[in-house]
Amino acid sequence: MIPLLVTGAPILTVAVMTLLINSRHIFYGIGFIDQFRGMGRKYPYMVLALTDETYVLLSTCKYPPEVDRDKAAFYISLFNHGWWIFGSVLGVLIGTLIPFDMTGIDFCMTALFVVLLTNHIKQTKKLIPVVIGIISALLFLLLLGPANFILPSLCLTVVLLALFKNRIDLRKEGAVS
Amino acid sequence: MSVSVWYAIAVFATVAVCTWVTRALPFMVFGNKKELPPFVTYLGKVLPGAIMATLVIYCLRAIDLTRFPFGLAELISVAFVVVVHLWRKNMFWSIGGGTLCYMILIRTVFPF
Repeated sequence: MIPLLVTGAPILTVAVMTLLINSRHIFYGIGFIDQFRGMGRKYPYMVLALTDETYVLLSTCKYPPEVDRDKAAFYISLFNHGWWIFGSVLGVLIGTLIPFDMTGIDFCMTALFVVLLTNHIKQTKKLIPVVIGIISALLFLLLLGPANFILPSLCLTVVLLALFKNRIDLRKEGAVS
Repeated sequence: MSVSVWYAIAVFATVAVCTWVTRALPFMVFGNKKELPPFVTYLGKVLPGAIMATLVIYCLRAIDLTRFPFGLAELISVAFVVVVHLWRKNMFWSIGGGTLCYMILIRTVFPF
């Protein structure tokens, strides 16, 4: 959003751009409706805090039986949120003091998603949704380019998940909670 | 270029509200339903794998497969992350090691 800010884009443009760029978040709440709405005062915050990283962490988290699931999910969201603010502020304050070139450090985000995806596949043994995600993402990346492929790709993903429902459901042996 | 404080506040407020709307949409549509439609429950279970795969592609979207270095630094580092993770089963080593691997590769074997 910073490029829009410094060029002085009209507020309406900012709104449309934000909705387009963040449209992928529409799909994130679907798996958490029952859990979050039972969380009382924390409900609005849990919805607000559902970023890419928090979504992936909450989706792959296996809670030990003695742990209060809602409480744990709340603290995961809160700490993720807090670390993000802390890290950004720290970067602004002392980023220029780092004596060596940090180019490429952003790969840690890719590595995080790769690690969590690896865990997810090992746990659920469900490969079809992953393959569907990869194929539709690559398809629309090739068709539309890197700027706006995510929304159409996720729409196609939902359609394909619907078409393959029987195939995926039949392989239920993987423990998906 | 400097921007006015009020304009900056308006931009941040717009971004915040619009982002919250996208995240709140499924809850606004289904949040008041007593029983979720079975298809929504099904989607909630199978979407994470598909979305994580999409996010990995999203992270790698800048790769140009038609020109040197063909995204080799990224692809090798992703493979490195998977191998280290399956081997050590420790996120610290897989994420830290993978990032280090990438930072070394783009400086030595595949410079920009």
